[in-house]
Amino acid sequence: MDTITLAHGSGGRLSRELIEEIIYPIFNNNNGHELYDSALLPLKKGTIAMTTDSFVISPIFFPGGNIGKLAACGTINDLAAAGAIPKYMSVGLIIEEGFLIKDLQEILISLYETAVEADVYVVTGDTKIVERGSADRIYINTSGIGIVPEGASVSPKNINVDDLVIVNGTIGDHGMAILSCREGLSFGVNLKSDCTPLNGLVKELLDVGGISCMRDPTRGGLASILLELAHQSGTKMEICEKAIPLHPSVRAGCDMLGLDPLYLANEGKLAIIANPSKEEEIMRVLQSHPLGKNAQVIGRVASRDLKGTVLLETDLGVKRPLMLLEGEELPRIC
Amino acid sequence: MKLHNTERNYSEKLKDIETLARGLPAVSIMEICGTHTMAIGRSGLRRVLPDNIRLISGPGCPVCVTHDREIDNYLELAKDKRVIIATFGDLLRVPGSKGTLNAARSQGAGVVVVYSTLEALRLASNNPDHEVVFLGVGFETTAPTAALSIIQAKSQGLGNYSVYSMHKLVPPALEALLCDGSVKLDGFICPGHVSTIIGTSPYTFVAEQYKKPCVITGFEIHDILDGLYLLLLQMRQNKAKIDIQYIRGVKPDGNPIARKTMDTVFRTGDVLWRGFGVIPNSGLHIREEYRDYDASVKFGLAMDHHYINEKEAICSCGDILKGLKTPNECDLFKGLCTPLNPFGPCMVSTEGACAAYYRYEA
Repeated sequence: MDTITLAHGSGGRLSRELIEEIIYPIFNNNNGHELYDSALLPLKKGTIAMTTDSFVISPIFFPGGNIGKLAACGTINDLAAAGAIPKYMSVGLIIEEGFLIKDLQEILISLYETAVEADVYVVTGDTKIVERGSADRIYINTSGIGIVPEGASVSPKNINVDDLVIVNGTIGDHGMAILSCREGLSFGVNLKSDCTPLNGLVKELLDVGGISCMRDPTRGGLASILLELAHQSGTKMEICEKAIPLHPSVRAGCDMLGLDPLYLANEGKLAIIANPSKEEEIMRVLQSHPLGKNAQVIGRVASRDLKGTVLLETDLGVKRPLMLLEGEELPRIC
Repeated sequence: MKLHNTERNYSEKLKDIETLARGLPAVSIMEICGTHTMAIGRSGLRRVLPDNIRLISGPGCPVCVTHDREIDNYLELAKDKRVIIATFGDLLRVPGSKGTLNAARSQGAGVVVVYSTLEALRLASNNPDHEVVFLGVGFETTAPTAALSIIQAKSQGLGNYSVYSMHKLVPPALEALLCDGSVKLDGFICPGHVSTIIGTSPYTFVAEQYKKPCVITGFEIHDILDGLYLLLLQMRQNKAKIDIQYIRGVKPDGNPIARKTMDTVFRTGDVLWRGFGVIPNSGLHIREEYRDYDASVKFGLAMDHHYINEKEAICSCGDILKGLKTPNECDLFKGLCTPLNPFGPCMVSTEGACAAYYRYEA
């Protein structure tokens, strides 16, 4: 059978075959953990971090990844940005009747390979099949558990005046790569989603020390995450427009569609707030790592401010406050 | 802190503008393209220009000038279960008198956001049991692609595709503004994208008849600075002509193929503009030979030129689109009217003057 049918979700023979013949062989290889309805996880000392996220993206295949890779990266990066070492992950699948099994396999293999790359075990999961029209092909939920090593702390509470604001590379690549899949839009050169697990890079950064806080700027983009951090830490941040690294295709696409790259989604980026005394070492670690070679210091924490303000210094030297996005960003007509 | 540096030297360009502005009387320059309005807002340009140079936003956002009657017409159409509305994203949140396309979609209306007319055509081809209506909002930039989609639909024999043409033309609006004379304007930053299609000649009357300098300008901030420089230079030299700053995008004769496509499908006619009322020969109607692809004929969408727009009477969009008021001079601005709860299209469109002021200048 080439496609998913409702019978695959019946709990009967086809359900069992789907799990045992399609899903299980993909996830059973990376861990030594059996896939049961509940996983029993041995945990070391430290604080446990737990996260969950659901992925309902369209298109499900895009330049640089697919929904499976995204589902793994999303959870791994949420854990990593909290200073945790990601360990275990669950995968919940909601699949529309008629979905191609070969597409499911490709998606799950991507998810599996990303988990392996991040040294994360997929230990439990769930599969539901819904009638055609009840879902948009496939939705994935992933939850993850990680361990925060004793003594490690990354939190908005740690953010201090004079801390640096750093990004590990060009922003908006994922959001624009998704848009570039649309018919009639072409940005020419090689624009791929930045979708990737960041836990390796985060570990190296935490080893250097001086990291006050980190966040992965996914939906809502860099602007939203900085506003959230400023609000949570009660500070005013100042960032500099010309310091923010942008892929030329993201710049061109934003110009064409009237979008602001500061609000485009990222899936392999970190906003890092760090003590200035560690600037040199942090930048050395970032720029010698493949996921941080375009890292830039883009600003600093300027003062205490209970309102939580982020000022953007434009190319013309004007400082204007960034605002939270009101509704979704809509591409313009011309 | 080590900051990335770029080679663009904006401060030098600003100094050149200051030098030219020195000794000029107070001048008001209108940018007649919403993309310029947004770029100016985003960069903070207004705050660093010399005091005697004032930039005024004009009627250059195609969503903002779309009349409430047109919006109500397509919202009514969206209720028809046979119809799938294909639209660019701008229109989703634009409020008519009874809701938005977004709200209609959440209540089950067939509304699909497309990024090109090619997508709209494919939607029609993939949904033979539905009528796909493409919402043709835009100026000369987008009208040719809408026209092309009609030509293609006819050649493919696609009987379930039509365009609701709300297209408008920029030069007649300029003429209406200049004839009106209620706002003092000394020069124009003309739109780059529109000019890519129409070239320079449709603006000639502005320079020759009204003696106002014009510069067709690109959308990056260095383009706008260069455009202002060229404009002030004309003023200093007491000249009024049509300069092209955006030479990488605009040829003096524009794009004759796109214009021919547009002329094949559309004819000009009088249409209602939000904030302006009827402007003669400023709209594009679908020609008789393509009436099968004209949604206003297919679905009997009426346009009443005496239509009273109650909302417009309360909000200041007319004065804002004419440059008589800035958005923050409207009583509704940031109170009753916000991007999440917009009173009119100027607050919701990504090219709208009110949206630009709300986000960048308020």
